[in-house]
Amino acid sequence: MSHDDTAPPRLDAVWGQRESHLFDRHTIHEIHRAAREGMYRIRGFGAKRRLPHFDDLVFLGASISRYPLEGYREKCDTTVTLGTRYARKPITLQTPVTIAGMSFGSLSGPAKEALGRGANEVGTSTTTGDGGMTDEERTHSKTLVYQVLPSRYGMNPRHLRMADAIEVVVGQGAKPGGGGMLLGQKISDRVAEMRTLPKGIDQRSACRHPDWTGPDDLAIKIQELREITDWEKPIYVKIGATRTYYDVMLCVKAGADVIVLDGMQGGTGATQDVFIEHVGIPTLPAVRQAVEALQELDMHRTVQLIVSGGIRTGADVAKALAMGADAVAIGSAALIALGDNHPSLADAYRRMGTVPGLFEDWQAGNDPAGITTQDPDQYTRLDPAVAGHRLANYLRVLTLETQTLARACGKSHVHNMEPEDLRALTVEAAAMAGVPLAGTDWIPGRM
Amino acid sequence: MQTVDLDAVPLRDLNARLHDPAQVGRIADWRVLHPKGRHNIAVGLDAPVTVRIDGHVGYYCAGMNQHATVEVSGHAGVGLAENMMSGRVVVHGNASQSAGATAHGGLLVIHGDAAARCAISLKGADIVVRGSVGPMSAFMAQAGRLLVCGDAGDGLGDSLYEAVLYVAGRVKGLGADCVEQPMEDADRASVAELLAAAGLDDVDPAGFRRYGSARELYTFKIENVGAY
Repeated sequence: MSHDDTAPPRLDAVWGQRESHLFDRHTIHEIHRAAREGMYRIRGFGAKRRLPHFDDLVFLGASISRYPLEGYREKCDTTVTLGTRYARKPITLQTPVTIAGMSFGSLSGPAKEALGRGANEVGTSTTTGDGGMTDEERTHSKTLVYQVLPSRYGMNPRHLRMADAIEVVVGQGAKPGGGGMLLGQKISDRVAEMRTLPKGIDQRSACRHPDWTGPDDLAIKIQELREITDWEKPIYVKIGATRTYYDVMLCVKAGADVIVLDGMQGGTGATQDVFIEHVGIPTLPAVRQAVEALQELDMHRTVQLIVSGGIRTGADVAKALAMGADAVAIGSAALIALGDNHPSLADAYRRMGTVPGLFEDWQAGNDPAGITTQDPDQYTRLDPAVAGHRLANYLRVLTLETQTLARACGKSHVHNMEPEDLRALTVEAAAMAGVPLAGTDWIPGRM
Repeated sequence: MQTVDLDAVPLRDLNARLHDPAQVGRIADWRVLHPKGRHNIAVGLDAPVTVRIDGHVGYYCAGMNQHATVEVSGHAGVGLAENMMSGRVVVHGNASQSAGATAHGGLLVIHGDAAARCAISLKGADIVVRGSVGPMSAFMAQAGRLLVCGDAGDGLGDSLYEAVLYVAGRVKGLGADCVEQPMEDADRASVAELLAAAGLDDVDPAGFRRYGSARELYTFKIENVGAY
C-alpha cells in the first residue's frame, strides 16, 4: 500500500503526541512571527491570560442571620457622589458605572459621541483621553471628566474650565510605567492638528509628566489645577495597579478628591503585548490594597475610589463595590457594547484574518465596527445614536445586576455591600481579596 | 494699579480676583508683593492684564496663561508658564526645570538661565533665554521656537518633532534625532524677530545656529533601535 502525503495523520498518531504546556501553539507562532518580523507585537485590548479575578468570589446572600430586600419593591440606591473632599462642585452619578478615559484618535469621533450618548441616558460620566477634548464629546457628554496626561496633547485651560472633573493620569493598568501610543495609520489630519504633530507619524507619548515628578510635586500640580478652576472641580488621580497601597496613600497625601485605580486587565488602544501581559497586578488584589490604604488614613469614602480593569458584568461591579470601591469604570466592555467584535461583522473580520471574539487589533486603524479607526469609510458605519443606546442598555443591565446582588445581601444602597458579604473560591483569590476561602474562616496571610 | 500683598491676602483670593471678569475688566495693572517663592501665583489668567510680581516665585507661576503679561522680578521655580496659550511671561532672574513646558503659544522670556528640560514638549510658543539652558531642553518639542543666547546642556532637542531651536553658544550634545541645520534667511529673520520681541537689543543676531529634527525616528523602525 502506498503512503498518501495529503491524508491527515491517523488519530492514534496525533493522540500519541503531547502538546507542550510551555511551548503551546500560540507561543510557537509568536516565536516564528518575531523571527520573521524582528519587531515586538503591538496590539489593543487588555491582558488575555487567566488571572485571579472577581469570578473567583461569590456573594453569601441573606439567610437567617441577614434578611434580603424585595427585588422589585424595596429601594436599592445606586447614586454616587464624587469629589466631596475639596471640590466646590462635586459630581453625582445615577449609577456606579462610569466610562473610562479613551482618546479621540484611538477611537473615532462617532464612537466618542456614542459613549457620551450612552452615558447621558443613564446619568453617568465619560472621560476624555490622550489628545484632548472634542466638541462632539463635550456636547454629547453631560458629565465629562477631562484628563491631564503626560503628553498634554490638546491640553487647554478653556477645556479644563469646561470639564466637570479633572483626572491627572499617572498610569493605566495595561501599561503602568508606559506612555500612550498611536500608530501612524490613525494620525489623520484632525488627530494630527489636535495633538500638534505631523500627520501619519507613529506617536509615542511621554510616560512621565513634563513638569512634575513624585508626590510632593503632584500636590503642587493639583493645587495649580484647583487654582486655575477656582477650586470648583473634583480632581481625580488615575494610577495603574502596581505598588497600590503606597500609591493610594501618596494620592491622598497629594490632595486627590478621587483615585482611579486601573488593574492589569484594563484595556488599551495600542501597547506592546509583553507590557500588557507582564506589568502590573490584577484588579482583585489592587482593590483590597487601595481600600486598606484609604482606611489606614481614615479617608475611605472621603476620597472616593473608582476601580477599572476587567469589569464586564454586574457581578464584577457588585464585587468591586463590596470590596470598598465607590464606583467602577468600563472601557473594553463599553466598546464591545457599541458593537466591537460583533458576530454580524464575521465576514469583515474573516477578510482581516480574524473572527468575532478574537479581534484585538485596535491599534491598526482598520475596524469594521467603526470604533477604533479614523477612516471615514469605516467610522461612518457606526451610528452614534444606535450605538449609544446599546451602551445605555448595557449600563442599565450592569446597574440592575448590581442592585440584584445588593438586595440579595439585604443592602438598600450599593455602597452598603461589604467584604463580609463575600467568600473566595480559590486560595489565591482569598489571599488577594482578603476575604475568607468559602467554607472556612481562613484568609491566607491573615492568620 | 491694584497692589496685592501675599503676606496679607491668601493666594486663592489673588487668583480668584485675577480670574474675575469684573475685576480684570476694570483694573489692567496689578502688582504682587511678597511672593516669597509661593507656588501657583497668577495661574490660569485669561485677560489682557499686566501682573508684576516683586520677588521670587515657586512652581507653575503663570501656568496656562492666556492673554496676560506676567513679569517676575526675581527667580522662578519649576514649570514656569507651563502650557501657556498666549500672552507674555518675563522672568528677570533664573528659571528652574521645565520652563515653558508644553506651551502652545505666547512668548516666554527668561533673562537669566533656565534649568533642565526648558521647552519640554513645546507645542507652539516662543521661548527666549538670555543665559543658558540645562540638559534635555526641548525634549519631544513639537512646535514653536526656543532661542538660547548662551549655551545648551546635553541632549538638546532629544526626540524633537517640528520645533526649531536657535543657540548662540556651545551645545554640549544633541539628543536623538536632533541635528544642526543650515541657517536660512527665514531663520535669521526669526532670530531677529525673537530678540526684538524679547527686548534683547544687546545680543548679536548673527551668531546663532539652528537645530531641528532629522525626522529619522518619526516612524518606529527596528533598524533605529540603537538610536534610543
